[in-house]
Amino acid sequence: MDAWRIEVRTKQGLPDPAGAAAKAALATAGLELSGPVASRRGYLLGAGLSAAEVERFARDVLADPVTDRFAIEAPGRRVPAEPGRVTVRPKPGVTDQVAHSVRKALRDSGLRDVEVGTYQVFVAPPSEDVALRHAAEQCLANEVVHDVLIGEWPLGLPGAGGTADLSVHVVPLRGLDDAALDAVSRDGGLALDTREMRTVQAHYLALGREPRLIELETIAQTWSEHCKHKTLTGRIDFDGEIIDNLLKSEIARVTRTLDREFCVSVFEDNAGVIDFDGEDCLCIKVETHNHPSAIEPFGGAATGVGGVIRDILGTGLAARPVANTDVFCFAPIDLPEREVPTGCLHPRRVFLGVVAGVRDYGNPMGIPTVHGAVHFDPDFVGNPLVYVGNIGILPRDRVSKAVQPGDRIVAVGGRTGRDGIHGATFSSLELHTESETVSSGAVQIGDPITERKVMDLVLRARDEGLFSSITDCGAGGFSSAVGEMAKGLGADVDLANAPLKYQGLAPWEIWVSEAQERMVMSVPPGRLERLLALCAEEDVEACVLGTFCDSGKLVLRHGDVVHGELDLEFLHEGLPVFLRKATWKPRALRDPTLAPETDFAGALLRVLADPNVASKEWIVRQYDHEVQAGSAGKPFVGRRADGPGDGSVVAPKLGSSRGFVVSSGLNPRYSRIDPAAMAECAIDEAMRNVVACGGDPEFTAILDNYCWASCKRPESLGELVRATRALCEVALHYKTPFVSGKDSLNNEFKAGERTIAIPGCILVTALSVVPDVSRTITSAPRHDDAYLYLVGVTKRELGGSVYWKTRGELGASVPRVDKVQGKQVLDGVHRAIKARAISACHDLSEGGLGAAAAEMVIGGRVGLSIDLDLVRVEGSLRPEEALFCESQSRFLCEVPRERAADFEQNLYQTPFARIGAFDRGARDLSVRHGGRELLRVPIAELLRAWKGTLDLDGSLQGDLT
Amino acid sequence: MSSTTRKPKALILRAPGINCERETFHAFELAGAAPEYVHVKRLRAQPQLVDGFDLFVAPGGFAYGDDIASGRVLANELRAAVGERLIALVERGGLVLGICNGFQMLTRLGILPRTNRGELVQEVALTHNLSDHYECRWVTLKSPRNRCVFLDEGLTLRVPAAHGEGRLQAKDEQLARILDEEGYTAFVYVDESGERTERYPANPNGSPRAIAGLTDATGRVLGLMPHPDRAYLPHHDPLWREEGLAAKPDGMVIFDAMVRTARAEAR
Repeated sequence: MDAWRIEVRTKQGLPDPAGAAAKAALATAGLELSGPVASRRGYLLGAGLSAAEVERFARDVLADPVTDRFAIEAPGRRVPAEPGRVTVRPKPGVTDQVAHSVRKALRDSGLRDVEVGTYQVFVAPPSEDVALRHAAEQCLANEVVHDVLIGEWPLGLPGAGGTADLSVHVVPLRGLDDAALDAVSRDGGLALDTREMRTVQAHYLALGREPRLIELETIAQTWSEHCKHKTLTGRIDFDGEIIDNLLKSEIARVTRTLDREFCVSVFEDNAGVIDFDGEDCLCIKVETHNHPSAIEPFGGAATGVGGVIRDILGTGLAARPVANTDVFCFAPIDLPEREVPTGCLHPRRVFLGVVAGVRDYGNPMGIPTVHGAVHFDPDFVGNPLVYVGNIGILPRDRVSKAVQPGDRIVAVGGRTGRDGIHGATFSSLELHTESETVSSGAVQIGDPITERKVMDLVLRARDEGLFSSITDCGAGGFSSAVGEMAKGLGADVDLANAPLKYQGLAPWEIWVSEAQERMVMSVPPGRLERLLALCAEEDVEACVLGTFCDSGKLVLRHGDVVHGELDLEFLHEGLPVFLRKATWKPRALRDPTLAPETDFAGALLRVLADPNVASKEWIVRQYDHEVQAGSAGKPFVGRRADGPGDGSVVAPKLGSSRGFVVSSGLNPRYSRIDPAAMAECAIDEAMRNVVACGGDPEFTAILDNYCWASCKRPESLGELVRATRALCEVALHYKTPFVSGKDSLNNEFKAGERTIAIPGCILVTALSVVPDVSRTITSAPRHDDAYLYLVGVTKRELGGSVYWKTRGELGASVPRVDKVQGKQVLDGVHRAIKARAISACHDLSEGGLGAAAAEMVIGGRVGLSIDLDLVRVEGSLRPEEALFCESQSRFLCEVPRERAADFEQNLYQTPFARIGAFDRGARDLSVRHGGRELLRVPIAELLRAWKGTLDLDGSLQGDLT
Repeated sequence: MSSTTRKPKALILRAPGINCERETFHAFELAGAAPEYVHVKRLRAQPQLVDGFDLFVAPGGFAYGDDIASGRVLANELRAAVGERLIALVERGGLVLGICNGFQMLTRLGILPRTNRGELVQEVALTHNLSDHYECRWVTLKSPRNRCVFLDEGLTLRVPAAHGEGRLQAKDEQLARILDEEGYTAFVYVDESGERTERYPANPNGSPRAIAGLTDATGRVLGLMPHPDRAYLPHHDPLWREEGLAAKPDGMVIFDAMVRTARAEAR
């Protein structure tokens, strides 16, 4: 379809940051260019506008009169190719939000509402087309969602969507053998295994008919690992011991046994709900969006953020989201190209795309991203991990919800398209070399403004009491949302009522599409009119999909034709219980025999520069952590706002100083030695971080988020069982209930013969309510000459440490948690903080004492001297062991001299030692051992090492003093 | 009603993508105004609503996703609907505030800096940061000698900036000079020694002449990129632990000054 083409570029002589960024990006893809790259924004407007109208609209709206100039090409005109030109445009069907806004602006300008498209252009100095295309596809576009043109101009807009296949499809299963059933599952992308297919076959045999396509799709979505967690809830044969439902027998048991009063709603709703101040509750949920982020990092991460926000919005009768969290695991961003398997994106690209995706969804939503972490390991090359979390606030009297028969099924928000089909089943499979091409339909691009409008609408409707229940459209789309809400009742749905992005969707596609930014509510008939009026006020599209009833059946129609009829009992309870084998054998590892360290200053700087320790400020500054005006403790702290915070502090109710601390713990590297150590350390680290900020360990809720390799392998599942037990044992002793959790299994990548499995990884997120945020502290020292105390015991535990990593070793002596001592340390430090005897507190994690001390020096811009001989150790330790081991349950505390006695009194049960003192006059960190100086490093050098590694554009280097 | 007890009415604009309206509302409430949300759809249907307010406030956010350019689509929507009424509000003694995205929108609308005091023409653009990405960090602002009726010269504020398009580009060098020399520049970014700076990170976006905020010819319109609406409670400041909780947080200074002025000058 021919269209007007308008290209807008920066006026001569003005900076073109997008062009400069493109040039830098092309250079990382190996294309060194002789001159600058110029960027342009391209717009396609339907040919129905006149030349004068297009000219006026371009001048008034598309181009900025101060900074831009523009060129217009008439519909159908062939523009001569421009050498060095790269055009990046969304593939047909991919969300193009800018185009929607341009259409709105056309209407606002009194012009005809024509079809609109957008694209980007980069004009580089002439170079070989093949090389230019290759580099552009590496860093300026992603073939999953973009088309790339070299040289030529785009001609027009994509045509209409085509006609829909509205016929009712039957899938014959009768008489099929196992191989044939597997083929049906595989070819249909259902991700159901043989036993499940047999169960479905038997069900329909008993009904005396064959399943219809839409019914099979519904079953596949509902029974997916993503939705049902069948591995963790199934039966496990663990070296002969039968475990019935690991989730219940371990995780939920901790919560049940502890029976904490602050838990309001746990494992029932979309998110865990805890009490905040008697009047309101906090809701918290952490999700993963790994598979989509592997294929399309920007869209995958963005829609992950959008999804978890909707989870919170769909908790109770709608909570208001107040904070985001994000934790990533990537392969090293400097991984040599040849080590990246075919079918995987380069980790640098994944990293940049994921960070941009979180930024460009969270920021426009107006939800602060307050806390995060990043971990690097080569085995994340095929399966990067993207954990996204959200915390919301929910009035106590809006916690429970119940659909009533007769309620209307109302869907609000984005339109339904062919995007995201089979996301739930896709995430339940392993990725492989071809995943990028066959599963692209599972990837979506988010539209945060639509979600923001939905959020504003839903919260107004909640306050007016206009719906009886609500849930989000996540994995499985309408099929999961409506199917879940209709549980125990029934529903009658007419899919023809769903507004579509374009024509051509078959009813089953509408039903399972995971198009973003949609919520489903049950609305009593008497409230429907008011709800629809609110939708109009808030500019939100709404449709009545059908009615909830009490038939026990889910009836799916398209107009007058019934496309499917499912028995809800079978759908929700019919899934056969799994029995999976699990086994665990300790790994044959040993500690390396290394020559004693001779260069301690160099060793410390290498540890600080390791990407797992190095400053993540380049990422964090791109997130809005201040919006909503709740921030009372920032991600970066201290005089120059560049010291690492252990957690973030938020006061979510304006005008109240009651708040919460949120933080997390994760270290998959320990899993390479022992997954039990990994799990224990994750919870201990999360608790340390919360306590270091001033959170109360007695009033902390935690979340467990698993990412694991394929649990079809008994060794892998055995690791998971072992990790879970270790995690729960500590949680029980720490009295921290799990309030929510999630698992993402099958994080494996098949590259030819080679399988790359991720190390088992549990992210523990901790949330602690604090009565007064003005009693919280940070890791940045505040005084000129305070003492430095080290709380906890230092052990010979260099296994899995960053220090050994910098020497190319893994080792075996991984840190373990002594839960009794760990609890005493947490309680003691908290008591001392409460007594105001600690003015700054930092937990010891990756990089051990050396890294933590250096980070405090950075945060406070204050000199520090430490004597290693004073450290409380178990046995006798070499200085590099004392300085760099990652023993758990340890804190560094800045204690004002006059508060020392009080501090020591509050730590009565706890091992501690005064190991040094700060000195405002000194400008370095010095460490002594055995009466001699081991190292003395100026602050500027610490800063250079710590900030240099992940400073992707050199911006952090401006402040090294 | 006596002028000392009357609460000035503040219109807090809502629109798809505006996302700082709650804190802005609360800050004005604390300052003694009577804020009220008005959605842009309602405003288009009833443009005369503007006439009933003393203050018009465009909060921060990403109106319409900042598609095309920051604030562009909203400015285009408002121009026809309420452009003239905004001018009338200012000319009859009302006050206008645009924070971050609101500031971007007001410049595209042409109500800032409106050096000719005539019809709405865009004279400056807030465009992409030199880093080409969004950035959130606390900065220090200082008011040079300026026309704004409620800002004192020398006022220094610590407030957070959080934007991707904050580099202020004037349409030509002559206007850039006028902005500085004739008091349109309401705020500049300053470094640790209190001097205006074009250097990152004290100036987070590379804005020439370090301009962070503007006023108009009447001195009754203020736009600024950083967020006083995130610096109006004592625990907002990043250094409250080091320096103690402030009795009057920096951001509150602006809200107080506006409400005080509106109250004193209202008929």
